[in-house]
Amino acid sequence: MSDMSSLYHEVIIDHGKNPRNFGKIEDALELKGLNPLCGDQLTLYVKIDNDRIADVKFNGQGCAISMASSSLMTQAIKGKTLAEAKVLFTAFHDLVMQEQSPEAVEAILGKLMILQGVKVYPSRIKCATLAWHALNAILEGKHGVVSTEKNGD
Amino acid sequence: MTTRDIQRMERRVLDWDAHKIREDFPILKQTMNGVPLVYLDNAATTQKPQCVIDRLARFYSNENSNVHRSVYTLAEEATQSFEEVRKLTRAFIHAHDKKEIVFTKGTTEAINLVANTFGKSLQPGDEIILSELEHHANIVPWQMLAQERGIVIRVIPMLPNGDLDLDTFETLFTPRTKLLGIVHVSNTIGTINPVKKMVKVAHQYGVKVLVDAAQSIVHMTVDVQELDCDFLVFSSHKLYGPMGVGILYGKEEIMKKLPPYQGGGDMIRSVTFDHTEYADIPQRFEAGTPNVADVIAFGEALKYIRSLPVDSLIAYEHELFEYAYQGLEEIDGLGIVGKPHLQAPIISFMMEGIHPHDIATIISQSGVAVRAGHHCAMPTSRAFGIPATIRVSVAFYNTFAELDLLFNALNTVNKVFS
Repeated sequence: MSDMSSLYHEVIIDHGKNPRNFGKIEDALELKGLNPLCGDQLTLYVKIDNDRIADVKFNGQGCAISMASSSLMTQAIKGKTLAEAKVLFTAFHDLVMQEQSPEAVEAILGKLMILQGVKVYPSRIKCATLAWHALNAILEGKHGVVSTEKNGD
Repeated sequence: MTTRDIQRMERRVLDWDAHKIREDFPILKQTMNGVPLVYLDNAATTQKPQCVIDRLARFYSNENSNVHRSVYTLAEEATQSFEEVRKLTRAFIHAHDKKEIVFTKGTTEAINLVANTFGKSLQPGDEIILSELEHHANIVPWQMLAQERGIVIRVIPMLPNGDLDLDTFETLFTPRTKLLGIVHVSNTIGTINPVKKMVKVAHQYGVKVLVDAAQSIVHMTVDVQELDCDFLVFSSHKLYGPMGVGILYGKEEIMKKLPPYQGGGDMIRSVTFDHTEYADIPQRFEAGTPNVADVIAFGEALKYIRSLPVDSLIAYEHELFEYAYQGLEEIDGLGIVGKPHLQAPIISFMMEGIHPHDIATIISQSGVAVRAGHHCAMPTSRAFGIPATIRVSVAFYNTFAELDLLFNALNTVNKVFS
């Protein structure tokens, strides 16, 4: 059961059940993230002030992994510059998507490293990255909806 | 000793047969995540007995040649073995004639075949009736046809318990209704639809009926003459046979009038650049080299099933279902989705505050394989107002001890989330 306890760590259960920064921000940039395979959906709200993420919230529904990952992400990016947020996105992406994630990501991600257990479950990686893809789309100036299942995937 | 204990003991006696049956299925000796595999995803696909696996190897080792072509002995024998399975399939579903059996690559292709042949006779404004319990395979081909030909799809709604609303069903027929497409057993919540009765109603309105038997074929006797359906479809791989083989049954007098499905070799009588004369049924619908090896191995699966005592098999699966149902109901926060009047051994459930994907991932560590998701029947999930469920589906090789492992694993899920 070691793999399971490393993924369903108490921090993840806690954030999954009581997600932080859960809610809506009026007059913010917003983007919807969908994972049609699980039925997970969330909306990310980002308020940018002077090139910095002044506030961030999310709402929606999903599994413990997607809720916890979203919650931990909002904590990690709040107050960061857009460039710093992009660095976090790339580091998190490398952590869960690469077989051997670069050593450097540990220093960048800190607490977010807790989600690396998801790598053992390839079908669950999209749960962990859903909020991050929504964030990345906002950083790239996109609007509307992003889906984990792009055309041709 | 409580009544429940006595019930359990009686069931343990039945259990013995299952242990013997399990010897026929090599994969059931597997471990998953270091513990014995508890395979409870039989509605997705069933496991294969050794005789089916061996038959595939034997075909490719000793008999491989194409069918319906050459006259040398090897090819004659392959053709004979292939056509033998058509006879076995006819007998299995009690069809009138082997010509009424068409091999496809699956249930999905069989439905697409009907949509692309029978469907070609439909005119703009014609109507098709489907139900809220359909698998996507019996929705999307008709939707594509509707877009192409301007036909209208009407839907039989589901009652809150997961039965179809038969009163509304009867009101959906109009003079433009041409086809009823109906699932025999829901792959999501196990509802057994009263198909025979529904066929009778449809025929009163002169409407043809296609029955999706993908889930029913493995749990009950399916008799196409008794049902009186016009088309019936199912897959080999949900009936202990190989993947890549589907069966379309169609009444001879209807099939004879249908245009071909795909063009190519094997479906013709003669070809010139000016004109092609098509073969008779069933070859008319089997263009190209068929999946010979898998069809032949499917025949072995049919022989295997027919060697088992069918009444005991059905009774045993029902016992497993009842044991699963009771055990699941006793788990904290667990709610079974739907309570149909008649239910095949397919159970969908949710656990309070815990997403189905988390449940499936966690119990996978205890070796338990169940399906989590919308089960390719999103309209059914939507009718219940839920995005996803966990689905447990048993087969005759499952045991009561395995269900106990499922219950333990689900209790662990509750602990992880407490």
